[in-house]
Amino acid sequence: MRDLAPETGAGLKVRGLRLARKGSVLLDVAELRLDGPGPTLILGPNGAGKSLLLRCLHGLISADQGQVLYRGGVLTAEHMARQAMVFQQPVLLRRSVAANLDFVLKRQGLSREIRKARISALLAEGGLQDKARQSARSLSGGEAQRLAILRALATDPETLFLDEPTSALDPSATQVIEQMIRRASARGVRIVMVTHDIGQARRLAADIVMMQGGRVVEQGAAKQVLDAPITQAARRYLAGGLVT
Amino acid sequence: MQGFAEEFRMAVSLILQGDAELWAIVMLSLRVSVLAVLISALIGMPIGAALAVARFPGRRALIILMNALMGLPPVVVGLLVYLMLSRSGPLGVLELLYTPIAMIIAQVVLVTPIIAALTRQVVEMLAEEYAEQLRSLGVSRLSSVPVLLWDARLALVTALLAGFGRAIAEVGAVIIVGGNINHVTRVMTTTIALETSKGNLALALALGAILIGIAVAVNAMVSALTLRAEQEGLRHA
Repeated sequence: MRDLAPETGAGLKVRGLRLARKGSVLLDVAELRLDGPGPTLILGPNGAGKSLLLRCLHGLISADQGQVLYRGGVLTAEHMARQAMVFQQPVLLRRSVAANLDFVLKRQGLSREIRKARISALLAEGGLQDKARQSARSLSGGEAQRLAILRALATDPETLFLDEPTSALDPSATQVIEQMIRRASARGVRIVMVTHDIGQARRLAADIVMMQGGRVVEQGAAKQVLDAPITQAARRYLAGGLVT
Repeated sequence: MQGFAEEFRMAVSLILQGDAELWAIVMLSLRVSVLAVLISALIGMPIGAALAVARFPGRRALIILMNALMGLPPVVVGLLVYLMLSRSGPLGVLELLYTPIAMIIAQVVLVTPIIAALTRQVVEMLAEEYAEQLRSLGVSRLSSVPVLLWDARLALVTALLAGFGRAIAEVGAVIIVGGNINHVTRVMTTTIALETSKGNLALALALGAILIGIAVAVNAMVSALTLRAEQEGLRHA
């Protein structure tokens, strides 16, 4: 393994994580540190265990063995509250766009005036100002994903997990989402994102974690991993070979 | 017996002239069934939602039981409520037998399983879709119930209408516990049964037409709600 970026921020680590179902090992990650200041992208083919790892990191799935460490301790519900996650298929409440944002702001106990101001600011951030009263379920794919990201950002997360947020989007919608992710990262939100898009990894990643068959096969600074992969698996994947 | 055409003409006349007896029966029917559905909703929706999100031993058996109760025979429900409310029954002191309240109780027993089962089905499907997102947002299983009920509101209105359809068309239970007393507990279905047996087909036909009209209106509302849900991308199926 290569040298990783210096540790900062929320201190997200994995130790001896193992998850098996019906005799198949789905995840087997001995050691992983996700602490660089810029976005970390988890890269790999379908079935590599990327989304599963992301869910373990956020505490949505408990591994059979091992630990996810956050801020120096084992991940707890309180830690989860400092994180947010955006899913591949955005799950939006059957309410208006503004009500989706208000849902999380209300839970923070904010006053009506503050919530209103935050909603306006968030809608402007995502370019959805004119959609506030529209049903969230009637948004286009790109708009829906933008709203899902805005809702996640409304929780003021230290760490934002994104599970292939642009996999179903066209290039222009992808570009808008990537800009939102860059801005969030610049504001200090720790970004951990799953993708199988090598181009996206080049555009966004400060660090790369490359996975295959439930294992981390390579990790390090994005430029090093993408330009000079060490392992055969990473070389084949980055060369566009069919990796299973 | 007069000819069918004449009976039909008289039935139309009763409706159009606003016959006081006929509309009193219709209004009592609506009052009893609407109240029964509202009470059933208050009981059935939380039960259905709780069964949708909670995980406990015996949950599957409870769901099977609740689904089975949807098909409760009305006359059996009528008999059971009669036994409870009769003078020698455990609730006899309340003297509710042969009152509209007794009819409401019987309809609540019939409708609550329908609303609870449909709520469970709708909320469970939505809960599966929302599960990870709500957990990620820090919403516990218990506090997810109001969120799910609100977001399933269109489908739940359909469940209420289904319950109302069952209540308003029911005859077996309300005739046993209501007694079909003129101006007191006589509702559309029991009047139709009585007047038909007496050969007074005009009143029976008029009430039948109104009952069918209500059924059509309820179904139209269900269709409109379903269409709206589809248009807004809210369909759960």
